[in-house]
Amino acid sequence: MGEITNDQRIVITGVGLAAPNADNLPDYRRKLLAGESGIREIDLRYMGTCPAGVCQFPETKHRKKKENKRGTRAGCLGVYAAHEALFDAGIDFSEYDRSRTGVYIGLTEHGTVETENEVYNISQYGYNVDYWTHHHNPRTVLNNPAGEITMSLGITGPHYAVGAACAAGNAALIQGAQMLRLGEVDFALCGGVSESVGSFGIFASFKAQGALASHSDPTKACRPFDRDRNGIVISEGVCIYTLERLDAARKRRARIYGEIVGYAMNSDARDFVLPYGPRQAECMRLALQRAQLAPAEIDIINTHATGTKQGDEEECKAVRELFRDCPNTYVNNTKSIIGHAMGAAGVLELAGNLPAFEDGLVHPTINLDNLDEECRLPNIVANKPVELPHVDTILNNSFGMVGINSVVIVRKYKGD
Amino acid sequence: MTREALKDVILEIIAGIDEDADASTLEPDKPLRDQLDLDSMDFLDIVMELRKRYKLQIPEADYPQLATLESCVNYLEPRLANV
Repeated sequence: MGEITNDQRIVITGVGLAAPNADNLPDYRRKLLAGESGIREIDLRYMGTCPAGVCQFPETKHRKKKENKRGTRAGCLGVYAAHEALFDAGIDFSEYDRSRTGVYIGLTEHGTVETENEVYNISQYGYNVDYWTHHHNPRTVLNNPAGEITMSLGITGPHYAVGAACAAGNAALIQGAQMLRLGEVDFALCGGVSESVGSFGIFASFKAQGALASHSDPTKACRPFDRDRNGIVISEGVCIYTLERLDAARKRRARIYGEIVGYAMNSDARDFVLPYGPRQAECMRLALQRAQLAPAEIDIINTHATGTKQGDEEECKAVRELFRDCPNTYVNNTKSIIGHAMGAAGVLELAGNLPAFEDGLVHPTINLDNLDEECRLPNIVANKPVELPHVDTILNNSFGMVGINSVVIVRKYKGD
Repeated sequence: MTREALKDVILEIIAGIDEDADASTLEPDKPLRDQLDLDSMDFLDIVMELRKRYKLQIPEADYPQLATLESCVNYLEPRLANV
């Protein structure tokens, strides 16, 4: 993105999140470094028990129980994380106009949970649709989580969802950066959310595809790059960032987590479910070009790998192709610890790595007991953290079904 | 169902919608929505709950008759006499 002026440089100044193992960034980082899994067994309608990630967070900290009941789980997660991000950024809207604030939320899917619940509900009444709830439509419109955030915060600028399967979190982050650059808004809340653990259908579909992880110990079920990996662990989660233009952030002396210096999205244009490494490599290459960085200048690659046989191999091929001569580039995977938070995955995984700019640590990929040779990369950080002399750049991959790829590169902000 | 029991049912349904709702100061002849944090969607929740509990279908034209606690009881009394 070259020599650009400070009003076109976009920085992350606040993070709000809920993951299966933490409800704030410091705790989340500590648990990622310790490899402390948030995965446990849950009991699903029709399915029985499955390993999954469920978030524990103070649900009524920012919104009344009545409003949580009115809205969706995704809305509840989103409202919590949005308030936390604002608090983290020190923004109370004296700095920015609510009408010039945009809310962009990435979703893998939305409405599945509510629809399944309502079909079950009317099944208790002989499938009489008179018992179908009037809440169904406002809960299932795609802008629901973003809209619940605007209602809770009185934000009157634009809000909408970005649908990009499991690349959606990154896609929404990119959308926020673009809208700031275009001058459409002055301040953006963006990220991703997933309530997928509430849907038996999502589990059943992955199972039917042979892509649902199982293990006698749920904390060991998600094992990207491991020879014995057998699929995805589904998690709920949320991560929302406050994004600002650098000049405005500096003016208010904001703490800056990092600068979004490069991003890219592209499409495989091939298959409904199978990922495609060469296109992922093209996506990473484009993001690097835009960031004006050579592959060797990337310190951490936070992979998308979900723990499926082919998905992990394809991504490793792509990483190998671009980073073969990069002895100082380290590779990790956050899903091994928190599972796959779907629409929140990209942003939640990026958040878990941002503190590396300060502590110089690369959090581990856990459950990597026997590396699959097809996934061999020079510097995979396995099972315990690695300390680097410095971490200045993070490249975050996030890919999704129907062939959507996203890459975001964040650089440590060191002042001008 | 007695008038007292009907009143308890309505208050119980409202508590299910909003557990913070304070029914102790409720004036029975004043609109519920003026006294509690209830909107049109909450009102439809009351209608749905009555349908689920008593298989009572309340036509939309009758909704105004459910405006106050007193009018709710008046409306429900003959319809739930055998419950």
